[in-house]
Amino acid sequence: MKSAVIQLPGLNRDRDMIAALTKVSGKAPVTVWQTETELPDVDLIVIPGGFSYGDYLRCGAIAARMPVMRAVAEKAKQGVLVMGVCNGFQILMEAGLLPGALMRNASLKFVCREVKLSVANANTAFTRAYAPGQVIRCPVAHHDGNFFADPETLARIEGEGQVVFRYAEGTNPNGSINDIAGIVNEAGNVLGLMPHPENLIEAAHGGMDGRPLFEGILGKAA
Amino acid sequence: MIKARVIVTLKSGVLDPQGKAIEAALRGLDFSGVGSVRQGKVFDIEIEGSDRAKAEADLKEMCDRLLANTVIENYSIAIT
Repeated sequence: MKSAVIQLPGLNRDRDMIAALTKVSGKAPVTVWQTETELPDVDLIVIPGGFSYGDYLRCGAIAARMPVMRAVAEKAKQGVLVMGVCNGFQILMEAGLLPGALMRNASLKFVCREVKLSVANANTAFTRAYAPGQVIRCPVAHHDGNFFADPETLARIEGEGQVVFRYAEGTNPNGSINDIAGIVNEAGNVLGLMPHPENLIEAAHGGMDGRPLFEGILGKAA
Repeated sequence: MIKARVIVTLKSGVLDPQGKAIEAALRGLDFSGVGSVRQGKVFDIEIEGSDRAKAEADLKEMCDRLLANTVIENYSIAIT
């Protein structure tokens, strides 16, 4: 499987993502800088986490307007798998590739801890290696992960099975509506999630609950 | 030179945790009459030239494309 990792100033989880993709797929992803207007022919594009442009204006707002994001949108339209983690999720939303908005955590605090996630939809290209309803451990680290959508949008994404991960067992760290932690677009090929599965993929991490996410993607695009 | 002020505020119905925290802090300063507080953003923008109609159209596009997230925010534009 060929993958690409988008790089922007202020993103700092790109190295973790590159390590995870390399470890699980056996092949290092190509890295693509924000000014590129074309993307290589890949099966998966990942926008990692961090603090692009210092979270100025709104988290992900400036990153979403960089040239590379037009190329990402084009690939997403063609059906290429796109995954945004944490700031990457915020960027995908700001780019209009996912519905809703991510607001300041209800506690107003930066939250860095482990949460429980339930797999709300195991029938996506990203989650197929999990069992439906499976509860996994996953770390989160963010200040703005409070998912919001207007009532019609919320009803639509819930009805269409676009909610893929929910915070489980009372671990919602940010006040997200319906405990939403991750969603896919209508076509199912763009995933955004606040937690960091790339940080739980080998025994040395203290757990491997994030690994099936990558394995599921590989199965789809091997 | 045209000078404009853009104000971006959260739509009503969108929870504003920062506004809530400020509201509580104001009450803590004994401003007992404080009802509710909503936090927003102000942008002062200078635009070259004197074509106000074009400036207004550009400012609206700036708001729609970058300055506001219209999923959760409203904006207003005042040209001075």
